[in-house]
Amino acid sequence: MTERAREEIRRLAGLYEHRQSALLPALFVAQQEAGYLSPEVLESVAETLELPLTEVTSVASFYGLFYLEPVGRHVVHVCTNLSCMLNGCQRVLSRMQEVMGVRPGETTPDGRFSLRTAECLGACEEAPAVLVDEDRWAAVTPEEVEPLLDRYR
Amino acid sequence: MTTEAAMPESVLLRWVRAEGMAEIEQYRRAGGYDAARRAATELTPDQVIEMVAASGLRGKGGAGFPAAQKWKFIPKAAPVKYVVVNGDEGEPGTFKDRTLIEGCPHLLVEGILIAAVTIGARKVYIYLRREFYRGRRLLEAAIAQAREAGYVGERIFGSDHAVEIVVHSGAGAYIAGEETALLESLEGRRAMPRQRPPFPAQAGLYQQPTLVQNVETLCHLPVIVGLGPDRYKELGPPALFSVSGAVARPGVYEAPLGVTLRSLIFEHAGGMRPGRRFKAAFPGGSSSVFLTEADLDVKMDPDSLRQAGTMLGSAAVIVMDDSADMVEVMARAVEFYRDESCGKCTPCREGTVWIAQIFERILHGRGRTEDLALLDSIAAGMTGTCFCPLGESVPPGLVASLRLFRDEYERRIAVGAVHVC
Repeated sequence: MTERAREEIRRLAGLYEHRQSALLPALFVAQQEAGYLSPEVLESVAETLELPLTEVTSVASFYGLFYLEPVGRHVVHVCTNLSCMLNGCQRVLSRMQEVMGVRPGETTPDGRFSLRTAECLGACEEAPAVLVDEDRWAAVTPEEVEPLLDRYR
Repeated sequence: MTTEAAMPESVLLRWVRAEGMAEIEQYRRAGGYDAARRAATELTPDQVIEMVAASGLRGKGGAGFPAAQKWKFIPKAAPVKYVVVNGDEGEPGTFKDRTLIEGCPHLLVEGILIAAVTIGARKVYIYLRREFYRGRRLLEAAIAQAREAGYVGERIFGSDHAVEIVVHSGAGAYIAGEETALLESLEGRRAMPRQRPPFPAQAGLYQQPTLVQNVETLCHLPVIVGLGPDRYKELGPPALFSVSGAVARPGVYEAPLGVTLRSLIFEHAGGMRPGRRFKAAFPGGSSSVFLTEADLDVKMDPDSLRQAGTMLGSAAVIVMDDSADMVEVMARAVEFYRDESCGKCTPCREGTVWIAQIFERILHGRGRTEDLALLDSIAAGMTGTCFCPLGESVPPGLVASLRLFRDEYERRIAVGAVHVC
C-alpha cells in the first residue's frame, strides 16, 4: 500500500469518534489501489488503523463488495432479485456468460471482466438492472449485452 | 374511485421531478431550506417535535415507528447525540430513497438539518449503500453547496447550531439496513444486529443517544415544517411507493397513505402488461407477505396491511402476473435471505439454508410430497425464534405461499417425480 493510501486512511479515521469506524472506507481505499484485498493489503490496513489483523480480516470477509481474490479490471454485477427476475434477468445473465465465457463469480482469462450476480440494486424501475463498475445500466436486453461490454476495455 | 382523488398535487415528488434540483440555487428558488432555517432560528425543538407528532409521520424504512416518538426518546440533556441516516436501501423492490437522493439531494440535507437541530445533534452520518455511486456523488456535492451557503458546519443559518454531515458507504450487506446492525457497521464491525434494549435512542452510535432515521422519513420533514402538519395531512398524507415487477410502468409513485393496492397498480403504474393478468404482489418488499387478487382493495397503510396479515414495510410493491411461477418466486426470495443472513442466530442461519435446499430439490425435479410439511415445520421453528426481523420475515410469506399456491408446489413435485422415473 502506498503512503498516499495510508494518508487517505488516516484522514478518514479523523472523520469519526473511533478510528475503527473508518475500517470500511479504508478497505475501499486499499481495494481501489491494489485491485483486491490480499493478506498483505489487509495487514497494511490493520497497521494503519492500529487494529488487530483478525478483526480487519473478519470484517472484510463479511461484506459482499470486498474482494478477497483478484478481480477483473471491470466488475459486472447483474441484479437477479425478484423485480429483475420477473423482467428476464436470467436471459441477460446467460448472455453475459456466453459473451465473457465465464460463470458468475469468475474472471475472464484476459483479466478484463469479473461477472457477479447482485442482490436488489434498488433500481427496480429499470429492471433488469446491471452495474458495471460504478455505472448503472437500465432495462438491459440480451441483445445489448455485447455492445455494453464493448464500452469497457 | 376517480383518478383525481387518487392523485392530488405531488408534495415530495415535485422536488424530485423538477429540473436542476441537485443545484442549491434552484432548490432555494423553489423555497428550499426555508423550513430548516425556521427550525434552526425560529422554532423551539418542542415546536418541531409537536409538528412532526401532529403530522403522524411514521418511519418509512420498514418498521413504521412513529417518528416524533423516536425523537422524544432522545434524552435532551445528553452532551453528545448523533443522527444516523439509514440510506442502506436494500429491501428487494425498494428504490424510493435512491430516487429521492438522485432527484433532489438537498431535500434530504434539509430534512437532516431539521432533525439535527431539533434533537441537538452536532454530527450526522449518512450510511449510504455502496452501490448508490451516482447518489453519493450528488449528495456529497449538495452537502458541499450547503456548507458553502452556511447551512452545514458551524453556526448554521446564523444560529448557534453546528451540524457536520459525513457520508459513509456500506459494503454490500442487506442486514446493515437493520438499525442496530447499521450502527455496528458504522463502527467498523460486521453488520450484526444488537440486543435491544437499549434502543439506539438511549445507546446507539458509540453508545451515545442516536436518532436513526430512513432517507424518505427525513425528506418528509421540510414538507411538514414548511406546510404545517394540517396541510400535510390534508395532502394525503403523502407517501412514496416503489412499484415494480410485471407492471406496465414501474416507478416511484406518490399517493396518499391508504391508497388501495389496486389504484397503485392499475392507475399509477399503468396496470399489467398487455394480455397479462394480475396474480399476486408483495406490498412492502419481499419481507412482507404477498397479497392476491382478493386483496386488491386493501389500503396501503401500516394498520390496514397489518390487519390483512402483512405489512407496509418499505412500501415496495413487487407485482407478479399470471406468467410468474410462485415456487420460483419464493425460492428466489428464500435464497436472498439465506445469502444475507448474518449468521448470528441459529434459526435464521440454519433455517434459511434448509429451506433453500428443499426449494432447490423441488425446482430440480427431486421434490418429495412430504417436503411441503417439512417446509411448514421449519417455518414454524423459525417463527418468533430469530434474533432480528431478517429471519422472522421468511416464515410468513413461505407459509402463505404453501397455503395459497399449494397446487403449484404439488404440480412441481408430481412432474418432477415423473421425470425422475
